[in-house]
Amino acid sequence: MVDLSSNFLGISSPNPFWLASAPPTDKETNVVRAFEAGWGGVVWKTLGEDPNIVNVNGPRYGAIYSADRTLMGLNNIELITDRPLQTNLDEIARVKKDWPDRAMVVSLMVPCEESNWKNIVKKVEDTGADGLELNFGCPHGMSERGMGAAVGQVPEYIQMVTAWCKQYSSLPVIVKLTPNITDIRMPARAANAGGADAVSLINTISSIISVNLDTMSPEPSIDGWGSHGGYCGPAVKPIAMNMVAEIARDPETANLPISGIGGITTWRDAAEFMTLGAQNVQVCTAAMTYGFKIIDELTTGLANWMESAGYNKLDDFVGKATPNVKDWQNLNLNYIAKAKIDQDACISCGRCHVVCEDTSHQAITSTVNGERRFEVIDEECVGCNLCVSVCPVDNCITMEQQTSGVDARTGKPINPNYENWTTHPNNPASAG
Amino acid sequence: MGSGLIQKLSTDLHQPLSKHEALVESDRCYFCHDAPCVTACPTGIDIPLFIRQISTDNPLGSAKTIFDENIFGGMCARVCPTETLCEQVCVRNTAEERPVKIGELQRYSTDQMMNTGKQPYTKAAPTNKHVAVVGAGPAGLSCAHRLALHGHTVTVFDALPKAGGLNEYGIAAYKTVDNFAQREADYILSIGGIEVKHEQRLGDAFTLESLKADFDAVFVGIGLGDVNDAGLNADQYKNVENAVDFIARLRQSQNPADVSVGRRVIVIGGGMTAIDAAVQSKMLGAEDVSVIYRRAQSQMNASTYEQELAQTNGVLLKTQLQPKSLIAESGLVTGVEFEYTEVQNNGLVGTGETITVACDSVLMAIGQTLSEQAQQSELELANGRIQVDEEQRSSDAKVWAGGDCASNFEDLTVAAVQSGKLAAESIHRALSNKSA
Repeated sequence: MVDLSSNFLGISSPNPFWLASAPPTDKETNVVRAFEAGWGGVVWKTLGEDPNIVNVNGPRYGAIYSADRTLMGLNNIELITDRPLQTNLDEIARVKKDWPDRAMVVSLMVPCEESNWKNIVKKVEDTGADGLELNFGCPHGMSERGMGAAVGQVPEYIQMVTAWCKQYSSLPVIVKLTPNITDIRMPARAANAGGADAVSLINTISSIISVNLDTMSPEPSIDGWGSHGGYCGPAVKPIAMNMVAEIARDPETANLPISGIGGITTWRDAAEFMTLGAQNVQVCTAAMTYGFKIIDELTTGLANWMESAGYNKLDDFVGKATPNVKDWQNLNLNYIAKAKIDQDACISCGRCHVVCEDTSHQAITSTVNGERRFEVIDEECVGCNLCVSVCPVDNCITMEQQTSGVDARTGKPINPNYENWTTHPNNPASAG
Repeated sequence: MGSGLIQKLSTDLHQPLSKHEALVESDRCYFCHDAPCVTACPTGIDIPLFIRQISTDNPLGSAKTIFDENIFGGMCARVCPTETLCEQVCVRNTAEERPVKIGELQRYSTDQMMNTGKQPYTKAAPTNKHVAVVGAGPAGLSCAHRLALHGHTVTVFDALPKAGGLNEYGIAAYKTVDNFAQREADYILSIGGIEVKHEQRLGDAFTLESLKADFDAVFVGIGLGDVNDAGLNADQYKNVENAVDFIARLRQSQNPADVSVGRRVIVIGGGMTAIDAAVQSKMLGAEDVSVIYRRAQSQMNASTYEQELAQTNGVLLKTQLQPKSLIAESGLVTGVEFEYTEVQNNGLVGTGETITVACDSVLMAIGQTLSEQAQQSELELANGRIQVDEEQRSSDAKVWAGGDCASNFEDLTVAAVQSGKLAAESIHRALSNKSA
């Protein structure tokens, strides 16, 4: 039996799935429902100072869909909690007392003054919460007031505020990073320098989700106007995973624990984030799309995969893929792969052919001996994987490594030795 | 009797797809390269494109894609045996044995375009050429529409009071509810430049020679005007009727409940007409309806889907039985004597064993033939139909033919539409060269 229990910065939870700081964690009612459903922990929706902020009184969300209307991306213009600070603090204290085995981290966002941070971290500590998450990420609304992403985009501010929090609180401090920057390593290094116990990422991405072509208003529309919001959901997962890996493999931050966030919808998404270096994960959009019950799929799916892969506990696979993330110049240029089409699985839609023919390398037939048939032409195939990407049938087209003989495309023998761009003769900067 | 059943006559066999259903279904299309469905469609509609246009909420663009190849896309969406055409070859059959519902999606778009009352076309400048089209059925109106698009003036002659041909007179009511056949004919004619003259029959009001003299070209799409004779001397009995006449009578009646069929109905034949007549008889309240066919069920011209439709409506299919004689009392047929058949030396022969099936009425659906007037024209025939080439040209340089009266007929609405379209393009080329 595998053990899903998680220990993140000394904060224990029965599984590595936390609900991210967001609407699902804004109230006791919601959080209790989440714990009853089986979630391992929550990051309580960001607290601010009184008077409480206000939200728009119209639509806050917009979405993009796949053709079958599966939600692929969600955008929001909601701000931090719009309830009085004491209301939230009271509820946090009560829920933590009632659910001692669940992780209770509290997200915070106050103006960039030492006294403001000193004041609020004390109040949170008094609730019995397990940790702090500093919201340096929200890209909309609060950033106009010098908070959220406005802090997260300036490494010096990150370091400064992190240091204050560490100074005035004994709780673990997680710094939540904004992806709306050019190099995620800079804010992560700043958090590290400020003494952060961990980083969590990504927060949402600045976005306009859609435009109403009748009214010419961006969506969500407030009285005919829109404002950029924060983008999240399945579509942002690749961006988030790259940023997690960048921090995990940066020598300066390699030992900085990471809580992975960004489009995690299934157990597989979670496992991928964790193999890239996240010790746990935070989920929001998937819960907002399907409800809290998805935790059952997340936990059983992860457990079943761990069991089949021979992993007994989370640490057995956390970071296992990190060493395999490299700069492009280090990739093996002598690795040769060719597409192979399983003719028994092929349903003859021809999409592999037409995309290869129109947009790539003319390496897949459409007819063979006058019959409709799709076969790879090894003499043309560069192994690009586009056919695999567009094939509607799982595992019908595979990329097969060629380990011996001659590459039919180049006419050159397969070279078993590792060689990369740094030494390639076409590289003007290569030593060779 | 059967008051609930009779509602089915005027109820769509398939309810139209809602927008949600259409979006979900359109998402199943893989947008195949060189799609097999397009090849299987007699009119060559770009099916992946029209479905993709549905999925992107562009139903009018989708309808234009359909109408570009098949101006009867609305009717074909309702009556095409898609299970033996486009949907049979859908790659989703290979994937999960369930094709994309191409026919129902086609109806979704075409309904929306027709509801706008507008056609997505601009006619070419007038050519001052005048073409006669004989027959206002699918072949004739398809031809007329395409000719009008090219700027030609068209006069359509039809023997009957309404346009539409078999769409109006020859198919089951439940396939074309809400007067769809007339609405579609009106929609097609709204392109303009087409005059329809009704109750003008070839051989009576005009002849092929007179048309050739008065027009620059002639298209003949008259279908099959006569009915095969089973040799049963049925004419003397008023409770024996040709199925095509029965269907026409039912379609044209103001109150279907007034069309009586009796409690026990025998339909002799095995094609779509036999099924349409049998199922409608059942809906009219007949208790026992049998379709009796002389060959095996697998050899019926009616598609498997149509056979199953009949069976689920309570029609009995009996096969390997050929009619031998009618049994009558007081001037009414009370039963039909059938002889069992079997195949010997690749031919169908009677076994000598007979069975008598009692009935209150008999509907004959054993096929139709080219009308006598057409047979007596100077046009060359092939197997009893007007001989045409791949462009629908007859033996006369000024005459084209299409639909069921032409030698390359396929006994399908969609094929008739295609032949009219091909003929129009051929006529257009011929007339353009002439003026060049």
